[in-house]
Amino acid sequence: MAEMIATRAGYGETLVELMNEGIDVMAVEADLSGSTTTKKLQDADPSRFVNVGIAEQNMIDVAAGLSLAGKVVFTGSFAAFGTGRCYDQIRNTVCYADLDVKIAPTHAGVTVGPDGGSHQMLEDVSLMRGLPGMNVLVPADYWAAKQAIRIAATTPGPFYIRLGRAKVPCVYTKDSRLELGKSYVLKEGADVTLVAGGVEVAQALEAAELLNKDGISAEVIDVFSVKPFDKPTLISSIKKTGCVVTCEEHSTVGGLGSAVADIIGENYPVPLERVGVRDQFGTSGEPDELLAEYGLDANGIVKKAKAAIARK
Amino acid sequence: MIVESTVEIEARAHRMRVEIIKMLNKAGSGHPGGSLSAVEILASLYFGGVMQYNENDPQDPSRDRFILSKGHAAPVLYAALAEVGYIPVEELASLRKLHSRLQGHPDSKKVPGVEVSTGSLGQGLSISAGLALALKLDAEQEQSEPRRVFTLLGDGEIEEGQVWEAAMFAAHYDLDNLVAIVDNNNLQIDGDVRDVAGLIDISAKFKAFGWQTIEVDGNDVSAVLTALKAAVLLEDAPVCIVAHTVKGKGVSFMENQAGWHGKAPNDEQTAQALAELEGVE
Repeated sequence: MAEMIATRAGYGETLVELMNEGIDVMAVEADLSGSTTTKKLQDADPSRFVNVGIAEQNMIDVAAGLSLAGKVVFTGSFAAFGTGRCYDQIRNTVCYADLDVKIAPTHAGVTVGPDGGSHQMLEDVSLMRGLPGMNVLVPADYWAAKQAIRIAATTPGPFYIRLGRAKVPCVYTKDSRLELGKSYVLKEGADVTLVAGGVEVAQALEAAELLNKDGISAEVIDVFSVKPFDKPTLISSIKKTGCVVTCEEHSTVGGLGSAVADIIGENYPVPLERVGVRDQFGTSGEPDELLAEYGLDANGIVKKAKAAIARK
Repeated sequence: MIVESTVEIEARAHRMRVEIIKMLNKAGSGHPGGSLSAVEILASLYFGGVMQYNENDPQDPSRDRFILSKGHAAPVLYAALAEVGYIPVEELASLRKLHSRLQGHPDSKKVPGVEVSTGSLGQGLSISAGLALALKLDAEQEQSEPRRVFTLLGDGEIEEGQVWEAAMFAAHYDLDNLVAIVDNNNLQIDGDVRDVAGLIDISAKFKAFGWQTIEVDGNDVSAVLTALKAAVLLEDAPVCIVAHTVKGKGVSFMENQAGWHGKAPNDEQTAQALAELEGVE
């Protein structure tokens, strides 16, 4: 059984590592430093941590101001508030002026759990990938999250990094090195391509095992970098398998499923099925219950994989 | 850094006003009212010796910063940057044209001397506060005096809730290297600020948030200079200068008219405006 660690656990501790390596990182938080783990940077060097209180719009633009003086600035809060509440600040200041602000709120998706629909952000990838100049990383596990924070800190320009609350199985290791603009084939297969992001990567790997028992060979791709998107890896896979299932803990409107639909529609149309939340809000429950409720678990992916294969 | 006499700054202000009218006429659209109200404020900032910068290097790391939070007043900023020499005066005629650097609202990726892009209201004070904090942190490291940040907000603009998030933040972090100037011309697109959203007593609001405040006639160069000099001497808290101004200042038919917030003068109106401005030269 793979080790279970939340992606957010990789956030604050990686900021501390970057600070110790001499990178001028700062974190601007909106009263959630313990939950997001930015408190770890505060504990390491209080002068690198700024709490604005419950004021997400100010959080983004204070970060923007700090970046104008050469700081590499990460922002906090939860994904619902750290993107949606301050979308205009991210659009018109961070992206329009092309600043070194790294938007990395936590608690994205339904796996937030009992807090319910108000707190389960399902539109963040859609909002962020639509912004010119924005890079979007969706780490699948703790190790990928650490890589994402590191990539954002060392690459100029705006970033969005999607982090989660719940513990998820590790699919990478301490030695894994991930890159901006890359997807990763975690399991090779011949009959269907499962394209997954974030917590869905582990579910897709489990689905591939279930499919294998039914004699179906599934390829599993982790889209670590939703924007820029690794088109060659996707297209070479679907040329081989002939159908694709996207798996995201996000609305099917505008997220990974939409990105894949755009790419295959323009380049190599094949049957596409999408696992995701169908244009609705989340609800209270435990993370595992919610993944099943919205068809995001391995069983849900298996159903869509069989449907995609049937359409070939 | 340029330090000029009041008379010289007034001459700059006059030229800026003429250029604002001319560039808006060429553009065929844009915002004269809130550009003209702020002419003396920008002329005093850029030529009064309080804000320090290098006219040969807009990126000089030791510079003070100016952020135009009310980005729609781009014409007054462009006129000031042309006076400084960061952009050629002839380029002002390209305002708002396809492929021009002079976008309808300031774009820091394009124009030297524009510190950050603005245009969506209510953001400049937060950006300025973050920048002021960074400059203080850097000064502590270097054991030097922090550089200052000056920002200009519209009075209508401060209806944005984010401005008050920033006001609370700047006072909490003791950002005494931050000076916010409110261009209090009393008018916004839909009318008088008191009628549209009940905006009253700006100084009292900032004081209640922990700021120090100064009230001044914002169209009087010597008064603005006095206020700026006083503001940078105040310690322990950020300073808000409430500058009482006349929207459309200097052009009789534009003065105190909300209708001239976002409308360019046609050729006839431009001729009349320039004749009036020549008359006071």
